[in-house]
Amino acid sequence: MANENDSRSKGRFGLYGGQYVPETLMNVLAGLEQAYHRCREDERFEEELRDLLQRGARRPSRLYPAVRLSEELGGAQIWLKREDQNPTGSHCINAALGQVLLAKWMGKKGVIADTASGGNGVATAVAASLLGLRCDIFMGLEDMARQSLQVDKMRLLGATVHIVQTGAGTWKDALSEAMREWSNRVEDTNLVMASAIGPHPYPTIVREFQNLISEEIRERCLQEMDRLPDVVIAPVGGGALALGAFDAFLQEEEVQLIGCEAAGEELDGPESPSALTTGRKGIFHGMKTYFCQDDEGRISPVHSVAAGLTYPGVNPELAALVDEERVDVISVTDEEALDAFSMLARTEGILPALESAHALACAMSLAPEMRRDQVIVVVLSGSGDKDCEEVVRIGEEEKDEQDS
Amino acid sequence: MSRIREAFARGKAFIAYVTCGDPNLETTRELVHALEDNGTDLIELGIPFSDPTGEGPVIHASNLRALDGGVTTDHIFRMIVELREEVRIPLVIRTYANVVYSYGTERFIMRASEAGVDGLLLSDVPFEEKEEFAPICRRYGMDMISLIAPTSKERIESIAGEAEGFVYCVSSLGVTGMREEITTDVSGMVELARENADIPVAVGFGIATPEQAAEMAAISDGVIVGSAIVDLIERYGEDSAEPVAEFVREMRRAVR
Repeated sequence: MANENDSRSKGRFGLYGGQYVPETLMNVLAGLEQAYHRCREDERFEEELRDLLQRGARRPSRLYPAVRLSEELGGAQIWLKREDQNPTGSHCINAALGQVLLAKWMGKKGVIADTASGGNGVATAVAASLLGLRCDIFMGLEDMARQSLQVDKMRLLGATVHIVQTGAGTWKDALSEAMREWSNRVEDTNLVMASAIGPHPYPTIVREFQNLISEEIRERCLQEMDRLPDVVIAPVGGGALALGAFDAFLQEEEVQLIGCEAAGEELDGPESPSALTTGRKGIFHGMKTYFCQDDEGRISPVHSVAAGLTYPGVNPELAALVDEERVDVISVTDEEALDAFSMLARTEGILPALESAHALACAMSLAPEMRRDQVIVVVLSGSGDKDCEEVVRIGEEEKDEQDS
Repeated sequence: MSRIREAFARGKAFIAYVTCGDPNLETTRELVHALEDNGTDLIELGIPFSDPTGEGPVIHASNLRALDGGVTTDHIFRMIVELREEVRIPLVIRTYANVVYSYGTERFIMRASEAGVDGLLLSDVPFEEKEEFAPICRRYGMDMISLIAPTSKERIESIAGEAEGFVYCVSSLGVTGMREEITTDVSGMVELARENADIPVAVGFGIATPEQAAEMAAISDGVIVGSAIVDLIERYGEDSAEPVAEFVREMRRAVR
């Protein structure tokens, strides 16, 4: 009797994960997995990675007490994990350095990357410059329009940016196109995934390169307050950042872990990218997990104000952790995220990325209900520099609507 | 003997791909008849998917045209039931895993089998994932078609060893689409597959001209042509049956 559990592929998290890709990529993925394990067991690779993380990502990032924000909300103390202060402006650099170094150790000549908010595009371009590899970035047309500063950065860093016009011109379309291009250039090129999504071994590789976030949070919390946080909150696009922020706490039952998905304009809308909240099980981009899709199994063209959260699926390990109720999921609307953006700017003088603003919105609703001796860590995934133009534009649009 | 076996028993096979519902199901129906009447031995019927990651621009666009036309999986099953009253050659459904999974894998395969479909080809289901689908296909008398690619190397042995219906040999790296030349050692791949499988081996990806078709047919048991046909459908739309028939007659002569 055949059933869903009969898969012979690796990289399974309960029902989720796997390797649903055309045959052309199967040996390539096997080679990538072997090389990854070989490198991570090699002290010389680890040393080079540590050095790159120092130079390129200035690890560790700070854990910063948001004193005024906490006071204004009343309740738990909010601490911010400042991935926004990384030199490239986001957490993406952690996994990009790891993945591009891996490509170099595998003897590849270049890398291809997908990007949504531009975070992975800029990070991969920087890593490719540092390591002397050719760099091609795939980005949706819609995302290029709303994250134009990032596009300029990628180009100035020497990357070739390919415009993806298919579908809604957002993240999923960029990844599909990157995978198509990769299947033609597998011999001398690696794909650098923007998040911990896609076929095995990507969900595991990308997550492991982000684990340092939770290790750093844990260490600093113990040093600074001699205890673990009560809650860790991270935005969920593909899930790499969230898993990286949760990993060191998975065994600590007393630490509540919350992933914040984008709801888009409204949670029940057809374009909501909340895969964990409104999606159902499906198979796409090489993995089985939750996907926003219609009755015919067609993947939904989702939308959120945050480009980096506009993905219709989610990392398979995170899907399993949500099923097991180890990780809670909250869905945050565009409007709530924009309010949180303004609130942080006003109270702390920090402009967060719109992705990070989703996690902040969740913390803002949670903190007042908690005690003053309790601690919430919010992961600021990236800097809001890239979003300034878009936030101003949305503000003007709303003003025009009110005036008319 | 199964219909798929029969298709290869008459000599080198000519296999054609069309996307169901591009530009509408009436045209697909006419195309299937035109293909059979002009010597096609097996037809791959594509069920369109929103994000066909294994396709080049021609078949990708065809999927999107079909979706725009509003076609659904149930419409396609109904069309196949009607076609089966006259069509004798084997029909293989070609689509992506989520179209089947989201419909309910067993329900999909049962309906397909009842409609008279002979096989299932899922572009994003490799050897390691096929046990979720292949045993159910077997139970309903359908073959799950396996693919080998230029990167498969030592994997060819296990893939071909378990293959059913025919082995689909992917001629080139990359996605589907017309190519000026095929540089891979296709004959080496075909030989390796034949050593491990007692079923026919057909070559697809990039075959667009009678010369290429003749060359590939000479070293295998058949050729599969998709993008070159879909390109004509894109150009002629609802009137594509005649130009496709003419093209297929020419390709068919080259494959004999």
